[in-house]
Amino acid sequence: MSAIFQVDRLKKSFGGLDVTRDVSLSMEKGDRIALIGPNGAGKTTFVNLVTGHLRPNSGRVLMGGEDISRFNPMKRVRAGLVRSFQVTRVFAEMTPEEHVALAILQREGKSGRMAGSYHALPEVMRETRAILETLNLVALAGIPVSEIAYGQQRLLEIALAMALRPKVLLLDEPAAGVPHSDTYLIENALKQLPDDLAVLMIEHDMDLVFRFAKRVIVLAAGEIIFDGSPRDVTQDARVREAYLGSYAHASSAA
Amino acid sequence: MSVTEVSNDITDAFPLRRGWQRDLIGVGIIIIAAIAGYFLFPNNLALLTRIIAILLLVLSLDLVTGYCGVATLGHAALFGAGAYAAGIAAVTFGMTEPLSMVAIGALAGAVAGLVSGVVILRGHGLAQLVLSIAVIHLFHEAANKASAYTGGSDGLSGIAPDPILGLFAFDLWGRTAYVFGILLLVIIFAVLRILVRSPFGMLCRGIRQDPVRVSAMGASVKASLIKMYVISGAVAGVGGAFNAVSTQVVGLDSLSFTNSAEALVMLVLGGTGSLYGAFVGTIVFVWFEDIVSAANPFHWLTIVGALLIAVVLFAPKGLYGTAVTLVERYGRGRK
Repeated sequence: MSAIFQVDRLKKSFGGLDVTRDVSLSMEKGDRIALIGPNGAGKTTFVNLVTGHLRPNSGRVLMGGEDISRFNPMKRVRAGLVRSFQVTRVFAEMTPEEHVALAILQREGKSGRMAGSYHALPEVMRETRAILETLNLVALAGIPVSEIAYGQQRLLEIALAMALRPKVLLLDEPAAGVPHSDTYLIENALKQLPDDLAVLMIEHDMDLVFRFAKRVIVLAAGEIIFDGSPRDVTQDARVREAYLGSYAHASSAA
Repeated sequence: MSVTEVSNDITDAFPLRRGWQRDLIGVGIIIIAAIAGYFLFPNNLALLTRIIAILLLVLSLDLVTGYCGVATLGHAALFGAGAYAAGIAAVTFGMTEPLSMVAIGALAGAVAGLVSGVVILRGHGLAQLVLSIAVIHLFHEAANKASAYTGGSDGLSGIAPDPILGLFAFDLWGRTAYVFGILLLVIIFAVLRILVRSPFGMLCRGIRQDPVRVSAMGASVKASLIKMYVISGAVAGVGGAFNAVSTQVVGLDSLSFTNSAEALVMLVLGGTGSLYGAFVGTIVFVWFEDIVSAANPFHWLTIVGALLIAVVLFAPKGLYGTAVTLVERYGRGRK
């Protein structure tokens, strides 16, 4: 099976600091991958490079075999590469219903229409309602986003990603800022993502990572140091060293 | 079962008709106010007509500033372009039919909108504001230098529009001009309400609140903003052309920085991002300016300044925006 998404030897440095060193990975349909790593490992930089918000020094990004390295962020989204944000980015004065409807209209190429309203488009209304139902946001459909809880705004981020019907979804810490007791809401939302969608999730909450991911990639100091099953990652010496430093070796801890 | 309940919830939360009703009421209020103005101030129709022209400028500014979040102090460039285009068409090319003059003004305004949009949208924040000031000064200077067509600092006079449709001549009291202006205003207002309600209007509101999110949805921020700038230019151009038709002169002040800045002040005074605020702000500002300057010719600017400070401090959403907030709070309190 050919990879739907491929990153080929991506490199980025800021001044003399190499933040991404030769990162390569590939994803297939239906993949559920967690990208983890200690703070400052370059995880968000990696997402920004892949989505076109930062320009890499070298390396390529491919979607379904097509080189999208020269695409701007907007064109990458249209090619099916969608991201969510570590800190929620939503329209404070608009309602969840408007958010999802706008995303659907945009996907369908109807967001430039200068007359009418999405209320009058039954298929848009139906899909909006279905997505809001899936994520349990129906009760909040008509309330401005600035008045709903942060956890629910995080759910709305996922709703927006779903509405865009991506081929590859990059989730930048979907549970960040959500109280631990509410993480299950995010987890349930992630279970609702389509089976054939390839998902790469950056996350610090290890419980979530181990329940979600079929494959774990560990990034440390801009390099991939581990790529394998969740079962093996805790045993890996380099990963332990990256996270715990010298404490990984109990003998040298003293 | 739950599906039907859900659908009811959504339609209740967003009744399609309520928005339309509100706009119909809005149009009704404009027409009633226009008729009242006509009979209450029969000797002051020139002032009311001037308010209409300025209102078109402020409405057009609301499209880019209120809906898209573009900060500009150069919006009079679009208004002045419409005024000069209509005036030059009449004086130099003999096109004195008022409807074509307005159409020419709209076209020139749209072109000026495209040009200044392309320039202003290169920058963000402070740089954007400075670019907009540069644009208005360049337009002003261009009109000043091209005196063969524009009359330079003397202004462009001798504009003598034909009767509208060959039936309604422009009279000395300004009645025809007033009615013509009200008709233009009502039509444009209705069109703009449809526009801001449309998917495109929603996209623009999204751009104002978070452009990064909009581009992460795969929409082009720049292209949408330029589109809105062109529409805004057409509206301002109609305002300028109407001003040329009704006053029969075009002065360099229509392309001035002061004109731009005052339009922004009126918009902030009334409240951004609703189109209704533009009405409230323009009428209150021009009317207040008129009364205060007559009552106290020496200190009227001071008084206008004090009013603005009071509004910005105590009603930061503008007069209309604050009123809406209060009404909503009252409505919620009663539930």
